[in-house]
Amino acid sequence: MAAVMPAPAQTRLFLSGNEAVARAVWESGCRVAAAYPGTPSTEMLEEISGYPDIYAEWSVNEKVSLEVAIGAAYAGSRAFCAMKHVGMNVASDALMTLTLTGVIGGLVIAIADDVGLSSSQNEQDSRYWGRFAHLPVFEPADSQEAYEMTKAAFDLSERFQCPVILRLTTRICHVKALATVGERSEHAAAGFKKDVARWVMTPAGAVRRIPLMFEREQALRAEAEASALNFVDAGTDARVGFVTSGPAYMHVRESFPDAPVLKLGLSCPLPLEKIRAFAATVDKLIVAEEVEPLIETELKANGIACVGKEILPRQGELAPHVLKPIIAKLLGEPAREAIAPPAQVFPRPPTMCVACPHLGVYYTLSQLKNITIAGDIGCYTLGAGHPWNALDTTISMGASMGIAMGLDKGRGEADKDKRILAVIGDSTFMHMGMQGLLDIVYNKGNVTVLILDNRAVGMTGGQNNPGNGRDIHGEAAPRVDFAKLVESLGVKPERIHVVDPYLLPVLFKTLRDEIKVPEVSVIITNQPCVLVDDYKKQQPFEVIDDKCTGCGNCVEVGCPAIHVMRREKAVKPSGKEVELQFVQIETAACTGCGLCVQPCAPDAIVKVAPGAPVSILKRH
Amino acid sequence: MERDVTNILVVGIGGQGVMTATEILAEAAIALGFDAKKTEVAGMAQRGGVVSSHLRFGPRVLSPQITAGSADLLLAFEAAEALRWCHYLKPGALVLMNTAKLVPPVVNIGLYDYPADPVAEIRAQGHDVHAFDAMDIAVTLGDVRLGNSVMLGAAADHLPFPAEQLLAAIVKRFASRKPQLVDLNRRAFEAGRAADAAAGHKEKQAA
Repeated sequence: MAAVMPAPAQTRLFLSGNEAVARAVWESGCRVAAAYPGTPSTEMLEEISGYPDIYAEWSVNEKVSLEVAIGAAYAGSRAFCAMKHVGMNVASDALMTLTLTGVIGGLVIAIADDVGLSSSQNEQDSRYWGRFAHLPVFEPADSQEAYEMTKAAFDLSERFQCPVILRLTTRICHVKALATVGERSEHAAAGFKKDVARWVMTPAGAVRRIPLMFEREQALRAEAEASALNFVDAGTDARVGFVTSGPAYMHVRESFPDAPVLKLGLSCPLPLEKIRAFAATVDKLIVAEEVEPLIETELKANGIACVGKEILPRQGELAPHVLKPIIAKLLGEPAREAIAPPAQVFPRPPTMCVACPHLGVYYTLSQLKNITIAGDIGCYTLGAGHPWNALDTTISMGASMGIAMGLDKGRGEADKDKRILAVIGDSTFMHMGMQGLLDIVYNKGNVTVLILDNRAVGMTGGQNNPGNGRDIHGEAAPRVDFAKLVESLGVKPERIHVVDPYLLPVLFKTLRDEIKVPEVSVIITNQPCVLVDDYKKQQPFEVIDDKCTGCGNCVEVGCPAIHVMRREKAVKPSGKEVELQFVQIETAACTGCGLCVQPCAPDAIVKVAPGAPVSILKRH
Repeated sequence: MERDVTNILVVGIGGQGVMTATEILAEAAIALGFDAKKTEVAGMAQRGGVVSSHLRFGPRVLSPQITAGSADLLLAFEAAEALRWCHYLKPGALVLMNTAKLVPPVVNIGLYDYPADPVAEIRAQGHDVHAFDAMDIAVTLGDVRLGNSVMLGAAADHLPFPAEQLLAAIVKRFASRKPQLVDLNRRAFEAGRAADAAAGHKEKQAA
């Protein structure tokens, strides 16, 4: 993103939580910001990269992004790092010792939890990291708070010389709301000062830093007790009072406008005495937190009676429709009249795009028998769905490598002839897959690895990465050569193939040959994501109605531009009953990739004549 | 719940411009001095998945989410999506819907059926329906992407502020990003407004 003139101070802007954080990072005089893309956190760094006077980078993974931010903070610069919740699992090795060294320049780590699982493989609660690493945690409830707390977090970080966690959720990151922004202030880097006892964490150094960490935690608790970010909204109906944090605060206020609420903005360390005093003013104390019972457990351990996850769900958002009936029941009130149930409508799962280069890969994989496919995180996880059903495991970034190795070495008697494959995208491979491949090579695994190089971090919106030769600003950057990379890891040159995934016969033959070879092979597909500028559209295809025999082969490709217009039952000469599917192509959507043409036996799919009008399929 | 808060639910599928349309509605409300919050349930679909975008505006908005049974207006960019979300409406509230059907791969490969008559099913639930083919209107005007402004035009006479405010928000957005498209979108807006009026007239006659 090119640098733009930031909006002037004191303007009221309609900002997503991510945009509000980015603005505050810039205003705070932050000099270094790093992240790996991940929903719902991605837009923070995207936005920051558009501000002047700040170094921004897409790092290869979250651990590296945190380490870059740590180094900058050691050098005395204000630094920022953003990641989705699972990213901190990767980065936590650095975090857990960072809490001992602390920082000089303010360091804010934004962790975006995917409460409600809009785009993630789990729903873990990042507030645990505050307890685990003994670090302060801020929890904003909307864009204005996200902005203000980011600024407060930088200040707190410098005062206590420790990193500060900003815990966001999808309902903060991606909600747009009004926020009033302010002025930028410069923060020059103090400079790195040699201090081996602090920056070199050997056992001897660490053992002396641990007591300092606990002293700091005590001081932070006093800070939380006094903080104006932990405040009470007085209420007239004290039958129940709520302790709440993050977006749940808005839902509580919406649902129970008359109830007293203690809102925690600096929620870790917990201001126990403030909560104890509040508890004394209400009949029953409810803890409304997303998602795990962290506050609740601490209150109970400290003898503060409260109700939490006994009645509230331990997963998903605490939206008004969730809270209201549960609290009504607790108070013995009648539930509101039932609303109409939703109509039964087919599901509409996310699909791969028209002409996506992954379509050819999954179509081909779906034709292979007796295989197990370890998958990974990205658009290509969709290969597990219809019509391909060609992906058998997904767990974490880069895991396809290790899982495939384990499937190979741990195979049971029934699987002794199974071929093991691993499918991973370019960015996921660089994030955490390379090490797994090295393990397969070193330990002589029998796995066929497919690296789907589409030159983008596709799922999060096509961000640049080291595989496409462009940096976060779109400027030229050194580009990884995957074939050379895997060869240097020890894959034999004759076992490395770079294949165009639109050439189905070549892809099929290469795959069929390589799965038979009892050693590691790597097949790299080399066509770009259709949503990035590298992709060039071609003249679309159309179906000649008279020639379509209804065989349905093209439907198996799974391209959303191919539509079944008519179904017919037919009996084959063998006596077998089949369903024929007569198709058309939505030529307005088709980009002419030619995948569907290849399995079409009667040659019924042809290029639309140049200049001919394209059609949008209509069914009424 | 906050009184005087207007709840508008905009639904469709990924890639149709649902989120942009909601944002323009929000900008119009904000320009009039309202507080506003906009939130989506967009899932992991870059393309082709269900998108529902919630807009709430009024003197002060707390929760960004519209609760089922409390939407004042449903603006649906696709026929089956209108049916999927109509239980979010207040009893008897209005549905403005594009009748164009976008059939997903799971229906194409025969796993599910597309609803036979979404408009009739929604009416059977007691809602007023203004149904029109926004895609047809957009294509006739020259670009399927104009569907967004057609839908906004259809909504323009059902908002707690004058239609001109919404048109001004559209014009402002295009003037700053793609000035050459201002006139075309203005025409799409007026065509949508006319299509809604015609559909409303038909609805009245039928009743």
